[in-house]
Amino acid sequence: MPEDDAIRCDACPVLCYIKPGRTGACDRYGNNNGQLVRIDPHVVLDRAKSRGDSVVPFLDRDREWDGSIVAGPETFVTAIGAGTTYPDYKPAPFIISSEVQGVDMVTVVTEGIFSYCGVKVKIDTDRHLGPETNTVRAQGEPVGHVTTSEYGSQMLSLGGVRHLTGGSRREGTVTCETLLNLCDRKPVELTIDEGATVIVQAGKPPVVDGTQEERMRVGCGSATIGMFAKQWFGKVDEVVVVDDHITGVLSEHQAGKLLGVPETGIKMKGHRSTPGRYFRVAEPGTAWGGTNIENPLSILQTFNPKIAWPKLRLLMVSTTGEHHAYFELDESLRPVEKELPAVLSESVARIKENCEPALSTVLFMGGAGGSLRAGVTENPVRLTHSVRDALTRVTCGGAPVYVWPGGGITFMVDVTRMPEHAFGYVPTPALVAPIEFTLKVKDYAALGGYMDHVRPLDSIVERGGRRHVSARPENPWPLAPGKSSKSDRKSDPRSNQ
Amino acid sequence: MREAAQIRLLPGGRRLHLHDGPIDLIVEAFGLTQEINAAYQAAAARFATVLDELCSELALLRQPAGKIPVGVIAKRMVAAVAPYAQQTFITPMAAVAGAVAEEILGAMTFAASLSRAYVNNGGDIALHLAPGEKFVVGMIERPDRPSLFGTATLASSQPARGIATSGWRGRSFSLGIADAVTVLADRAAVADAAATIIANAVDLPGHPAVVRVRARDLAPDSDLGALLVTQGVGKLSANEIDAALDAGVAVANSLFSNGLIRSAALHLHGNTRVLRHDHWVSNVPSEAEMLALAAKKSGKGMASAVPLRAPEPVASAAEGMFARRRTQINCGT
Repeated sequence: MPEDDAIRCDACPVLCYIKPGRTGACDRYGNNNGQLVRIDPHVVLDRAKSRGDSVVPFLDRDREWDGSIVAGPETFVTAIGAGTTYPDYKPAPFIISSEVQGVDMVTVVTEGIFSYCGVKVKIDTDRHLGPETNTVRAQGEPVGHVTTSEYGSQMLSLGGVRHLTGGSRREGTVTCETLLNLCDRKPVELTIDEGATVIVQAGKPPVVDGTQEERMRVGCGSATIGMFAKQWFGKVDEVVVVDDHITGVLSEHQAGKLLGVPETGIKMKGHRSTPGRYFRVAEPGTAWGGTNIENPLSILQTFNPKIAWPKLRLLMVSTTGEHHAYFELDESLRPVEKELPAVLSESVARIKENCEPALSTVLFMGGAGGSLRAGVTENPVRLTHSVRDALTRVTCGGAPVYVWPGGGITFMVDVTRMPEHAFGYVPTPALVAPIEFTLKVKDYAALGGYMDHVRPLDSIVERGGRRHVSARPENPWPLAPGKSSKSDRKSDPRSNQ
Repeated sequence: MREAAQIRLLPGGRRLHLHDGPIDLIVEAFGLTQEINAAYQAAAARFATVLDELCSELALLRQPAGKIPVGVIAKRMVAAVAPYAQQTFITPMAAVAGAVAEEILGAMTFAASLSRAYVNNGGDIALHLAPGEKFVVGMIERPDRPSLFGTATLASSQPARGIATSGWRGRSFSLGIADAVTVLADRAAVADAAATIIANAVDLPGHPAVVRVRARDLAPDSDLGALLVTQGVGKLSANEIDAALDAGVAVANSLFSNGLIRSAALHLHGNTRVLRHDHWVSNVPSEAEMLALAAKKSGKGMASAVPLRAPEPVASAAEGMFARRRTQINCGT
């Protein structure tokens, strides 16, 4: 049935065979010189002052977009649905001018086909997901690896050219699908060799081996002792911060010693690392401090009768503050649980308060190659220089990006700051991501821009087939990044622009 | 890779947009707010599996004759094309848009009490009208240049609850040269199939100004295979336009007298013919009756399907077929 020049579209189960220059049954995907491309209406980012979001959520009446279109520089054309520069020497599909604060700005928008791209995933969990460098799999196919962990978080590096095009056909397809789903903020199940199975979704808590992470711990047990020692001093005689990684004991810990906390005769189970720091007080689990213990006293041995005293006050707390218990020793030096005194409940609440919600976060990372840059200027390296010199601003679907120092234009962007459905793919397989370059008209001319292809903003907005979305209030406005798109909001510390 | 179905409210918050692959529905319900919400929830829930259901039997639905499918929408498609299947080349795909629209509308009216509702599947529309209600429907001639050439008022006292438009400029291929044929029928799937048949009949076979291309050269997996589909229509004389419209009207009249359509408007090069009848025929076949027809035929085995060019065979054959059907019913009672 398929003829040699037709390609099969797998965007939906109809699985159309599409001839070059034609679209499938949906009119949304087409065959462009052998490449499957999405022909969605072009996304125009409206700097609407309205509430609302990129799409109107189904039956969510509080967040409806009022449908207004704001004219002039209040509108920014994103590259989503713009089409690509393929073949490379063609000018980018849209080169748009708009006047911003008296300065003519040019935005070159294109959808880049990124063979060199991937996502960096930060998973807020202390659970061991798998050994560093071990393979991460989706649907059984290798799609990336475990990379260096960060404080309180495990890191995965997924995608990249080796998985996309260097392995089997299925490996490439599954990798592409995994990246696309992660970038589209959909949940993806990943399995790590000799490690855990984790469900990752941008901006949502990770689910590790079926357990959803709630909060990041404030620090390890030892660090928690260090942070709160002063607040406990004088209010309690001994504190044990239970943690699967390092359990801390106040009286033995350096922080306690410095404050002059007297010895208490406490004896811990587990393996002592350095004074006041214990490894493996219990097995990993989902109870106290990521251990399997339900009764905190089970990690204590009997107090040393030569040092301990009756009425000794003992606080046991987990690294997230979710578990806590207060004891006093009786005449035979056995801990008896008592109600937590008010002076201590404040410190427990503070531990809790300092535990941030655990999230998975996804940064798309890609490099704008020579071909993509050639769509912007006849002399591609000048675009790189212009970005370096901060004359040209790079955005991804209108969202701010971090551009890596060094050669080329390699950037990272938080996918949750982009409009929905901003990414596509081609059967190479490679991801299609929007990318916009914004610069002054005279700078554009100077770097060899396609001046005869510059079109006024109105001509883009007036033509049909445009999807207007409201700007995200947390993003700086792409044409005037000094101001956030919502004037009453402080500038976003996450912005790199 | 499979994109998820999109379910969202359109800007303005009144209309629901359901999109999955080639299915693109605009839905609007009227009535009490909680009833509208219930209807939209039901529409969304039903919509979730529609494309997968159809695709699981896609090969069967792309064939002119075959077994009766399993899916409720697929069965409705087969039933809708059954009256024509013996006389001309038609596959159940000719009724897919209307059949899907009917299904979603059915889910909504089952779940909620609505004064009015419509499900618009790219111009193939299923309607709900509570007693005393009416819809005003706008009609466009050229989908690529939308401008209203007329409106039709549909009142609850009239039987039509399905509207469909077919033409060579539309999303689907056409064997004829009509710019647009709009049909009113009792059910959307029936309207969809009928619009296809009538639009195919508006034709000037062998005319040099008509550009025809094999369907499979445009879309390799088209259900129309090697049949020639219209890709361009050049200048035609007034007589030629009349002749082509006459052919379409003849077929439309035969469908009317068989209870398959209630009305039709045919457009070609700025000329419009509207079927006007001052009566309703009462012998309207139900979906079950039409499906029974399909089951009977597939049991017997079909004669080789040939593309229909002249209107006469359809007219006479369709009448003959329904004459048989009526006879059977008479015998039974």
